[in-house]
Parts: sequence; structure tokens; C-alpha cells
Amino acid sequence: MPDTVFHIGNAAGFATDRVDAGVPVVKALIESGAPAALFYETLAERTLAYAQRNRLRDPEKGYTPDLERFLSPVLADCVAHGIPILGNFGAANPAGAAKAIHRLAKELGIEGIKVAVVEGDDVREGLPSMQVQAWEEEPLFDVGREDIVAANAYLGARPIADALALGADVVVTGRVTDSALALAPLLHHFGWDGADWDRIAAGVLTGHLLECGAQATGGYFADPGYKDVSDMANIGYPIAEVTGDGEIVLTKPAGTGGRVDERTVKEQILYEIHDPANYLTPDVTLDLMDVRAEKVGFDRVKITGARGRPAPETLKVTISFAGGWLGEGEISYAGPGASARARLAAQTAKTRVEREFPGLPVRTDVLGLVSVLDGDDGGLADAQPETEWQDVRVRLAVNAEDEVTAARAAREVETLYCAGPAGGAGVRLNVTPRIKTASCLIPRESIQPRVRLVEAAHD
Amino acid sequence: MTDALIDVPLREIAHGRTGDKGDRSNVSIIPYAPDAYACIAEQVTAERMRGAFAHRGVGKVMRYDLPVLGAFNFVLDDVLQGGVNGSLNLDGHGKSLSFVALAVTVSVPEGVVANARQARHADRPG
Repeated sequence: MPDTVFHIGNAAGFATDRVDAGVPVVKALIESGAPAALFYETLAERTLAYAQRNRLRDPEKGYTPDLERFLSPVLADCVAHGIPILGNFGAANPAGAAKAIHRLAKELGIEGIKVAVVEGDDVREGLPSMQVQAWEEEPLFDVGREDIVAANAYLGARPIADALALGADVVVTGRVTDSALALAPLLHHFGWDGADWDRIAAGVLTGHLLECGAQATGGYFADPGYKDVSDMANIGYPIAEVTGDGEIVLTKPAGTGGRVDERTVKEQILYEIHDPANYLTPDVTLDLMDVRAEKVGFDRVKITGARGRPAPETLKVTISFAGGWLGEGEISYAGPGASARARLAAQTAKTRVEREFPGLPVRTDVLGLVSVLDGDDGGLADAQPETEWQDVRVRLAVNAEDEVTAARAAREVETLYCAGPAGGAGVRLNVTPRIKTASCLIPRESIQPRVRLVEAAHD
Repeated sequence: MTDALIDVPLREIAHGRTGDKGDRSNVSIIPYAPDAYACIAEQVTAERMRGAFAHRGVGKVMRYDLPVLGAFNFVLDDVLQGGVNGSLNLDGHGKSLSFVALAVTVSVPEGVVANARQARHADRPG
């Protein structure tokens, strides 16, 4: 009875993930002979804001830049075997992505492909007229401010399942919860009832396990000598086999690198989870307190015990707005006494930045002593002893309101070439615009998700 | 098997992973073997974890216990010093922070350390 188990593969956990990851996943889905779907999660919190900026520059763009590179190796096989592809790779322009997929299908000689889009998540225009509520402990965001780049509600799985019901080969969304991309094909396939909270919870947990790609299969995990992972260059992306009762087995394609065991699974179950009894999604409130993970074979872990309660009456909205400029400068010091020279360089550059731009937030690090673990005041690094021989790198970073200030502050690292300690080498400067995000809640009925098939452009 | 207590970094008996949302991080702590669970529950308190992140200006720390899964989830407020949005740290997401948590010292029976080591190496071929 193949229809008693549905297989879902993941081929990307973020927009710049490996574009070849889908190939072994699709091969495994086809070989299983089970009904299956494939999904791509490419929309981190701020990614949508960058996509909006891309769309402003070119109205045809604003979807995931690597869309064609992600889909071209797998599209023909998926269409031929009836494996729908789902992705939030529509970003700020789902219809644009749908057109691009039609163009790609034509290039690949795929006929009669059906591409659906889910829209309605973009609330930038409508937000000021909605009954906005504060999110968790954040202060209520001023939705009337002018520098908002993007504002999108997290849609759930229902509209995506509706798109599958239209017979779509590919479903393109903008902002949806990552887990909805896995829950939707389960809702569609098994026809789970809207109030069947435990099964829906299992579907959300399935998505949560899969949505970060290789993070469930040994990626973001390996720690040599403690948690060894083989063949990371060919790590296999995850596949979940889900029963109609919501029992999940997590695995990965045979012959790929990585590992699936209780440890990789437990780490991913708790990834980005706060209160494990109340994980809020638009589809269900997920309770992980009774979840257990049990190894049932090589690279196979069974996950059971997800519990669900009704979803909240509100939807979360993420708002992105202009966040000033990050200015960074780096310079290397190596050999005997390098750490002392690096500290002197860092202090010198910082002194000059503080003098020229009083009050500007500035931080210096010596990479190779203590850096990312330290606080902005550098307390850990100060306590670090000098060593005989070092190869370290000074980094200075500032947050500025404007590009010119960020660039001028970063330049204080470059001036160390001639005016700093001995042997300063390899300066790199970087000035980038920042996007900030805030969240708020809106009543569920404030928006109406729209689902439609997009036809190929005739040209 | 001996019951003599030894001081070891938490990393000898548990593993974990960091995630982020806004200026808040979560760090999971997962014992390698079941007998470490009680030791961690007793010694690695929210207050203890707060001390480990004091240099990052940590605010409130919550510990959630998941005895069925066999794991703990720590939620640390304000450790990202501005979050992905505003942090001047190279690691704006705080991806590296689980290793700060795993450096916390615990005092545990030698047998617990031995069981963890055995569990780490037992279940993988090659």
C-alpha cells in the first residue's frame, strides 16, 4: 500500500544553498515509488527585503536569484514522475518566478507544465489600515513609517494545498512559514481535517525538521572527535517519510554523505525553538513535550509524539526597513609579536574613529585571539595572553546612518598600512547597506491568500 | 565503573546547537547518554548559563526541560548585542554560541563521562 506513506524531500534551506542538492533527493524519491513532493526553503527573514530591492531595480526580478539553477537539474524528472515542487522562491515576485519557470520548462523541452502561485502575503500597502498588535515583547512598530522596504505576513499551508489541488507541478509562494511547504502536500495527500491538530502538528514538525536542508543530516553538526560526519562535500539533504497518522521517519538518499541519527534529529528539532510546548504557526500550535526520536535503521530515525492545539487567531508579519550602513575594515599581522601589533592596530584605528565620529557604534576584534565569542567591549580578548607566534587579523566594524560615514570609518583600517604597527598586510574594506526587521501581529481575517495558475507568456 | 566525581566541560557529556530570532538565541543541550540528563538538570541551571554569557550582556535566561526527548532548551535574551539586524559582531546570528554553553564545567561521576564517550563512538561504523 504505497499510498499509506508520503515522502517529502528538501533541496534547499536558504537562498544561497547548494544548487545540486536536489538531484540525489529526487532520485531517491523516484526510486521509492511512493507519492512524493520536493520543497525549497529560500526565504530567511531579511531575504525578502533584498528581493523587494531587486524588484524595484527590475520589475521582472525579485524572486530567488538562483531559481533556474535550483530547478534546472530536477524539473524534468519531477514533472515526469508527478512529484510536485514547492518553494517560497517567489520571494517578492511569485508571478515573476512563475514566468521564469515557464521559460525554463520551455528551454528544457517540458510540455504542459502547470505553475501555481500563492499571493497575498505582501501587506506593505495594507498594513497601516490593519489592526496591528505587538509581537511578543517587542514594542508596537510604527507601521506608518516611510522607510519600510517589505512587510509580509506568514501564510500557512492551506493556500499551498489549494494550489496542489489545482494540479500544479510547481507551487511558488512568497512569505509562508517554512514548515507550511512540507505540511501542504501532506494536507493535500491525506486530506487531513482542519482541526486534526495532532496530525497537523506532525506535518509542521516534518517541515521544521526538513526546512534547513542538511542541518538535519549532519550539517551544522560535525565536530571532529565528538560528532564525526562522513563525506560532507556530498552531504545528502533530508527526506521525511510520513504516514497518514503523522508518524515521521527522517532519512536521506542512499550513497550521499552526512548522517541521520538521534543526535542530528534532536538538534534540529530544537533549532530556533523557544518555548517547546508552544511553537506558534498559522496552521497549529505545536507542542514538542512528548516528542521522541528513535533510531530505526541506518540513517533512519522515527519521530513521534507531536501534539497540536488550535493555531493563534493572529498572523505574524515581518517588516523590513532601512537600517543604515555597516562599515568594515580588516588587516592582517603575522609572525612573532603579531597579537601585540594587532591589538595596537585595533586600538589605533578605534581611537581615530571615535575621535572623528563621536558616538558612532564601533567594535574591534583580533581574529585568531577571541572574536565572535566576545562582547562588543572586547573583555575576553583583553584577557587573552600574548603568544609567541601568531597569524591574526584585525577587524573594525561600525554602524553608521550613511554610506559616507561607514566608508570613512572603515578607511581608518587602511591608513594603518603606512601609519600603523609594523607588517600590516592584506587590507579589505567593505561597506554594505543594512536591513532591520521588526515583527507585529495582524488579525487572521485581515488578509485573503490568493491562489492561481500562471500561464506561460506567449512570445 | 566508578562513582568518583570529575570536573569536565559540558561538551564531554552533551552536544548542542544555537538558533536565533531577533536579539534572542536558543541553545539546545542534549546528553550523549541518558545518565547525564540528571547531572545537567541539577548543575546547568538557567542562572549558571547566565553567568557563561555575562560578557555578552545577556538578559533573561529560561531553561525548558524535555525529558521525553532527552534534551534541554535554553533561551537567552539580548546575547546577540543588536541581533542580526544591528550586531557589529561577525557572528550576528550567534551561530557559534553553543560552544560557549558547552564550555561550562560540570562535576559528574566518571562513569557518566565514560558512558558519554562510549555512546559517541558506539553507533557509527568506520
